Amino acid sequence: MTAPTASSSLSAPRPAGPWRRAGRRLARDRAAMVALAVLLAVTAACLLAPVYARDVAHTDPFTSNVAGSVTIDGRSVDIMQPNDNPLHLGLSPIGPTWHASADLLGADSQGRDLAARLLYGGRTSLLISFCAAALCIVLAAIVGIVAGYAGGIVDAVLSRIMDIMWAVPVYLFAISLSIVTVSQGLKLGPVAIASDNLLIPICIIALVYVPYAARPVRGRVMSLRRAEFVTAARALGVPGYRIVLRDILPNVTGTLVVLAPLMMALAMMAESALSFLSIGVQAPGASWGTIIEDGEGLIYTRPMVAIAPGLAIVIVVLALNVLGDGMRDALDVRDSGRERA
Amino acid sequence: MGDGQTLGSPHRGGTLRLTASSSGGTLDPQINYTSEYAQLFTVLYDGLLNFRKADDRTSDEVVPDLAETVPQPEDGGRTWRFTLRQGVRFSTGQEVTVADVAASIRRLFRVGSPTAGSFYGAIVGADICLRDPAHCTLAGGLKVDPATREVVFHLSQPDAEFPQKLAFPHASILPANMPDHDLGNVPAPTTGPYRFISYDPDRGAVLERNPFFHVWSADAQPDGYADHIRYDFGLPDEAAVTAVENGQYDWMFDMKPLDRLGELGARHTRQVHLRSLYGFYYVPMNVNIPPFNNRMARQAVNRALDRRAMTILYGGAAVAGPLCTMVPPGISGALDECAHTVGADPDHPAPSWREADLEGARRLVTASGTAGQKVTVVVQNTAVEMSMGVWLRNMLQAIGYDASVKPLAHSVQLGYIQNTSNHVQISLSDWFADYPSASNFLDDLFGCENFHPGTDNSINIAGYCNKEAQAAMDAAKQETDPARAAELWAQAGRIITRDSPAAPAIRINYIDLVSSRLGNYFYTDLYHMIFSQVWIQ
Repeated sequence: MTAPTASSSLSAPRPAGPWRRAGRRLARDRAAMVALAVLLAVTAACLLAPVYARDVAHTDPFTSNVAGSVTIDGRSVDIMQPNDNPLHLGLSPIGPTWHASADLLGADSQGRDLAARLLYGGRTSLLISFCAAALCIVLAAIVGIVAGYAGGIVDAVLSRIMDIMWAVPVYLFAISLSIVTVSQGLKLGPVAIASDNLLIPICIIALVYVPYAARPVRGRVMSLRRAEFVTAARALGVPGYRIVLRDILPNVTGTLVVLAPLMMALAMMAESALSFLSIGVQAPGASWGTIIEDGEGLIYTRPMVAIAPGLAIVIVVLALNVLGDGMRDALDVRDSGRERA
Repeated sequence: MGDGQTLGSPHRGGTLRLTASSSGGTLDPQINYTSEYAQLFTVLYDGLLNFRKADDRTSDEVVPDLAETVPQPEDGGRTWRFTLRQGVRFSTGQEVTVADVAASIRRLFRVGSPTAGSFYGAIVGADICLRDPAHCTLAGGLKVDPATREVVFHLSQPDAEFPQKLAFPHASILPANMPDHDLGNVPAPTTGPYRFISYDPDRGAVLERNPFFHVWSADAQPDGYADHIRYDFGLPDEAAVTAVENGQYDWMFDMKPLDRLGELGARHTRQVHLRSLYGFYYVPMNVNIPPFNNRMARQAVNRALDRRAMTILYGGAAVAGPLCTMVPPGISGALDECAHTVGADPDHPAPSWREADLEGARRLVTASGTAGQKVTVVVQNTAVEMSMGVWLRNMLQAIGYDASVKPLAHSVQLGYIQNTSNHVQISLSDWFADYPSASNFLDDLFGCENFHPGTDNSINIAGYCNKEAQAAMDAAKQETDPARAAELWAQAGRIITRDSPAAPAIRINYIDLVSSRLGNYFYTDLYHMIFSQVWIQ
């Protein structure tokens, strides 16, 4: 009697786990897949920035080249070109040449290859937004879980702190923190971080967005705290930290994962804004925000310098939002809750 | 209208509308040291002497203004005797007297005018006034006689440039009852063709005709054409260009943004005026702290500085050009040679700048033992200067330093780089002549007496003091023979070039943009567009 049962039990297909099913659902979402492909393509292109600069454009995108020239169709062309006017007033950097080896998208006011800077700037922008989103999610998970699970005075204190942070406009908050740190760097006891260290914008952006991510986590934890499996674990005398790690955390992971691309999109826009205001990424580093700032002074003559990084930000942020929507649909929190319960 | 009168002219009348991004500070003509207000003060105030209001090179000449003549010096250049004109009145109706002249010269010291020591320190008794401004009398140095309207200056040493210094706005004659403190936002009574109706440093100034003005010297102070002058503050440079193009303003003070130059040259050619300027950009290096306390390190920067690149960054050959010496061409005593370029050195200068010598610069940095040191370039945060600053940082990295740029607001950068407490190693700055003389460049920027550690008022930014160069400059300042003075300035210039406390970068031209309705554009080298001489109808 037991053998056939065991046999049928072994041969029966194991039900797919919630993550696998979410992955399948996400894979069926065409918009999300296109967004993911776009993100991977942009990331890959940015990672290949040194290869492009060295082997294709043959340029150092961090060195001024105003007195330099490029060769187009066998002709040497000055990178900074006199404006065509009777008074010979002013010079403009070369515009898009559409030759990969000769300032493909043109040059900026320092005569630097815009395409190469765009790729290098993308590395910085993606790195900052990814790290800031990851740090924000970790901090938000800690705050949300502690507040939601502990309740009482702990919840009240943490929630009021989050409310105060929420009450300050996020960009104003980030700008205020950046202005202080960009001039003096950051000193936390024995740890000193230089003002041009990328950790500074990463930490600032992560910090200002914590309330936005912590709130939904707290709400989810509060509902989970009253769930039967948590009550049962408590009744069995399971320690609180084990309940959090084994029962609560796995159930809020879906929420955190859904929040990740959205937080990354927000972080990218915040980084661009801070860098545009010269209080984010510091020279000689480049990000899409700093390149837009470079392009501000060329908006009448070489709008491409501002348009190209602006377009890159739009594409990446749009892709992150579409991917985030797809992940939210795929990782429906109520489904996962039912499955676990 | 060669007599300086405008009455009866069809162009007389209307309101001249001017704009600037911000006000220029105090309204006290004896204290304010900005080109923005010097341009305004020249149609408001008069000194005993003035620079000629002429739209040509003769505008560098000193002409009598409130004095009847430019006197010849007596006593080997130690005594200057003036006679005050009769019948000149302040805008209050009160007549200008020799008592006003004496009080105004004493007030220079009492209010701590920025040029009190450097320009007027040779007057007998000035040393006491500089030590104890509140009790300044200039006893023995300044004598007036109300009966003959005579004003006599006694100098402790000859000063060949004393007339130019008396023509500078700080020596404007004000009523004797002016307080011994900065006037701030309160305008003083004027003697020129206009007077203030209102002034608000956040909004602007409104001027009207001075009813007590009459033309006593067409060369020094001609009558004005416009009935009113309205000077608004607060419009950023980009918006100001558009406003002037559209005829909402007649003139703008600020530098024209580089990205608008092409458009101005192509579409508003007749509204753009390009004129020469006694000014330049240079790179002061602090000779008292590493790495530029090493002469080879300073010479390396001079050799590596690509003046062509700096010219491009400033707007191209139409508005700037490479500069090799600390006295711009056209001024007596300027060196017609270039020591810091490829194939040249201080002992074998080239006739002009050729190109940057990066290899030579790297060798000098290596030899100096300063390679790898951290260097911060302090620049203003304007677009042009930020571009130049970024270029300088790249250049410093290319010759072996660990370089960074520190941009500061326009309003604080100049004071910051002067103050030794800020430990600024290298910076970018511009400098314009108060009057066309080598002393305005060499003595002002490298004179020992202009180095004041720990203050924001130390225009010798490099902190340079060379006894041999100072002796040559002191001798040049006292020399009344122009040829001999030029030789002495050149001698000082060569010493300074060898020591390289700064790297001259580019000489610059002036770009003026006016409205299409503005006529009779009138420019002088020192004060640029003369507001009283342009037509707006």
